[in-house]
Amino acid sequence: MNILDAIVVLLNYVIIPATSYGAQLALGALGVTLIYGILRFSNFAHGDTMAFGTAVTILITWAFQAAGITFGPLPTALLALPLGIAVTALVLLFTDRAVYRFYRRKKAAPVILVIVSMGVMFVMNGLTRLIIGVQDQNFADGQRFIINAFQFRKMTGLAQGLALRTTSVITLLTAIIVVAALFWFLNHTRTGKSMRAFADNEDLALLSGINPERVVTVTWLLVAGLATTAGVLYGLDKSFMPFTYFQLLLPIFAAAVVGGLGNPLGAIVGGFVVAFSEVMSTYAWRMVAAYVLPRSLVPGGLMQLLTTDYKFAVSFAILVAVLLFKPTGIFKGKSV
Amino acid sequence: MNGRSRSLWVLAVVGLLYVAVGVLQSWPLALTILNDGLIVAITALGVNMQWGYAGLFNVGVSGFFALGGLAVVLVSMPLDPQAWSAGTPRLLVALVILALVIFAAMRLYRVLGAGWLRIVSLIVFIGVGVTVFRTVFNPAAKAVEAINAAVTGNIGGLGLPVPFSFIVAAAFAAAAGWAVAKIALGLRSDYLAIATLGIGQIIISVLMNESWLDRGVKNVVGISRWPVPEEVRLQKQPWFIDLAHTLGMHLTTTSTVFVGLCFAALFTAILLVILLLAELSLRSPWGRMMRAIRDNEVAAEAMGKDVKRRHLQVFVLGCAVIGIAGALFVMLHGLFSPVNYNDALRYTFLIWSMVILGGSGNNLGSVLGALIIMLIWDEAGSVGPHLFALLTSPLADGPLKTHLINSAVEMRLPAVGLVLLLVLRFSPKGLLPER
Repeated sequence: MNILDAIVVLLNYVIIPATSYGAQLALGALGVTLIYGILRFSNFAHGDTMAFGTAVTILITWAFQAAGITFGPLPTALLALPLGIAVTALVLLFTDRAVYRFYRRKKAAPVILVIVSMGVMFVMNGLTRLIIGVQDQNFADGQRFIINAFQFRKMTGLAQGLALRTTSVITLLTAIIVVAALFWFLNHTRTGKSMRAFADNEDLALLSGINPERVVTVTWLLVAGLATTAGVLYGLDKSFMPFTYFQLLLPIFAAAVVGGLGNPLGAIVGGFVVAFSEVMSTYAWRMVAAYVLPRSLVPGGLMQLLTTDYKFAVSFAILVAVLLFKPTGIFKGKSV
Repeated sequence: MNGRSRSLWVLAVVGLLYVAVGVLQSWPLALTILNDGLIVAITALGVNMQWGYAGLFNVGVSGFFALGGLAVVLVSMPLDPQAWSAGTPRLLVALVILALVIFAAMRLYRVLGAGWLRIVSLIVFIGVGVTVFRTVFNPAAKAVEAINAAVTGNIGGLGLPVPFSFIVAAAFAAAAGWAVAKIALGLRSDYLAIATLGIGQIIISVLMNESWLDRGVKNVVGISRWPVPEEVRLQKQPWFIDLAHTLGMHLTTTSTVFVGLCFAALFTAILLVILLLAELSLRSPWGRMMRAIRDNEVAAEAMGKDVKRRHLQVFVLGCAVIGIAGALFVMLHGLFSPVNYNDALRYTFLIWSMVILGGSGNNLGSVLGALIIMLIWDEAGSVGPHLFALLTSPLADGPLKTHLINSAVEMRLPAVGLVLLLVLRFSPKGLLPER
C-alpha cells in the first residue's frame, strides 16, 4: 500500500492529461457555443476551422524556425499563434460575407445553415489539405518537460515518477488567460454586452440600436481566436493531423451540449466533464489499485472500462444521457 | 420547361457524360464509375427520404452504410465450424445478456422514482450487468480470434447467398437508426445531426476493433458475389472465349466489361425498385402527410398527425435503404474493409452534396445528382493531376509545383464543397426541383 505513489500515478495518467484535454475541448466548445448563441446554428465546420488555424500557425512556426526566431524554452508556435489567429479571422470573415450573410438576411432555418456549414467544412478541409497535406505534423519545440519522471523520482524517492510536460502547463495557462479575457470582454465591455443582449433577444437588441453586423463580426473574430488557440494547443499536446481535428467535432459538440448550447460557462464545464469521463473510462486502473489496495485484493484484469479505441463512445454516451434526461444541459442553454 | 422534360434532359446529359468517359477513356472505367454511382445513388435515395421528405438531418450515413456491409459478411461468408465450437454460441449468449441488461436498465429507470436511489441502483445494476457480460464474452472472443488468425479469426457467416444479406443489411441499419432516432427526435433539429454523427463514428470504431466479428482492420476478403459471375471463371468458359473472339476484344477486357454490365444491371434493377416504391409512397396520402409535416409541423400536429412517430418511421426507412446500398458496395468490391468507412467526407458528406445538388425532395434528382458527383469525384483522381500540371506549367519546377500537382486529387473536396455552396445559394431547389 502506498498512497503517495497512487496519487502520482493518478496525476500522471489521469488528472494532468484530462485537464489539458479538457481545456482544449473547452476552448473548442466555447467557439461552437458562441456561434450557436449569436448566429443560431451548430457549426459543423468548427473542427476544420481549428485544423485550418493550426495549419496556418504551423506554417508560420516553420518560417520563424527557418529565420532562427525561437521562444526560448517555450514552443515557437506560441509566437506564431497571433498571426495564425489573424489569418483565420480573415478567412472566417470572408466566409461570413460570402456565405453565411445571405442566409442570415433571409432568416433561413437553422438546419439550412447547418448544411451550409457542411459545405464550408468541405472547402476548409480542402484548403488545409492543400496547404499542409494530410500527414501527421509534430511542431512542438522548446523544452519538453518541466519535470521529467527521472528528476521527480530522484527528488522525492518515490517509485513512480511524475512527468509534467511543458505543453500541459502551457495549455492550462493559455486556456485560463483566454477564458478570463473572454468573460471580461462579454461582461464588462460595451461590445460584449451588446453580444449577450443579441444572443438573449435579437429583436429587443435590434430595437435598442445594436448593429447586428458588428455583433456577428466580433463573434467571428472571437471564434477565430478560440478555434485557432484550441487547435494549436491540441496540436502541441498531441500532434496535428487534419482528420483528428474533424473527429474532435463529436467531443466538442458533446461538451457544448452538456453545458447547455449557447452558454459559455456551460461549454467550459462541459469540456472538462467530457475530457475527464473519456480519460477515466479508458484508463487501466490496475496500477492505481495496486498501490491502494492490499495485495490480496488487487484484481487480475486491467480494470479498464473501455479500450481507447472507443473514446468516442464516451462522448456519445454523455451526449445521449444529456439528450435523454436534460436536453437543455447543465446550465440551461438556449432552446431545446 | 416542365418538370418531366427537364428530368429527361438531365438524364440524357448524365447518360452522355458516362458514354463520353467510355469512348474517350475506357469502357471498364466508365462501368466502374457507373457502378459506384449506382450504389451511392441508392444511398442518396435513403438520405433524400430522411431530408427531402421529412427534413431530418442524418450525418451518420457512413455508419449505416458500413452496417449494411457487415450484414453481407455475416450472411454470405461460409460457416466456420471451428469458431462455432470455440466460442460462437457463447458470444451469442453474451450479446443476449448485454441486450437484457440494457432492456432491464431501461425498465428499472421507469419503475424507480426520480432521486438518488434511482441513480445509485442504476449504476450498480449496469456495473454488475456489464461485468457478467464481460466474463462470458471476453474468453469467447479471444478463443474465436485465435483460430487461424491470418485467414479467419472471426465467427464466420451463415454461408447463405449474398442476396439474402440485403434484407439483413436493411434490418441492421434500421435498428441502429431506430435507436438513435428514438433518442434525438423531438428535440432541436441540430441534435439529431450531432447524435447521428456520434453513432456513425461508434459503429465504425466497433467494426474496426471487434475482430471476432469481422476481422476488424484485417479486412474480410473473398466475399461471394453470386449471382454475378467472376472474371477468372468467365475467361475459362468456351462460350465466353468465343464471344470475345466474335467481338474482337481482348479476353480480359471483355470479362471486365461483362462483369461490370452484370453488376450495373443488378444495381439498376434494385435502384429502380427502390425509386419506384419511393415515388409511389411520395404520391400516396402518406407522402403528402410527410411533406405537410415537413413544411409546417405545428399545423400538422394540430391536424392530429403524430409528428414524432412519422419522423421515426421515415428515418428508419431511410436508414434501411442506406444499409442495402452498403451491402451492394461490399458485394461489388468483394471486400469488407472497416477502415475505409472512416472517411466521413467520402461516405457521408459527399452523399449530402448529391442530394442537395439533385434537388432535395426529388428522388430522381438525388439519383442523377449522385451519378454526376460520383463522376466528378472519380474523374478528379485521373484527370485532376493532368489539369493541375497544365495550370502550373508557367511555374518553374520545384517543390511548390510538385506539391500542387500531388495535391490535385485533394482538390475534389473543396470542389464538391463549392458546388454544394453554389447550389444552396443560387439554386436551392437543385437540378430537379421537387414537384
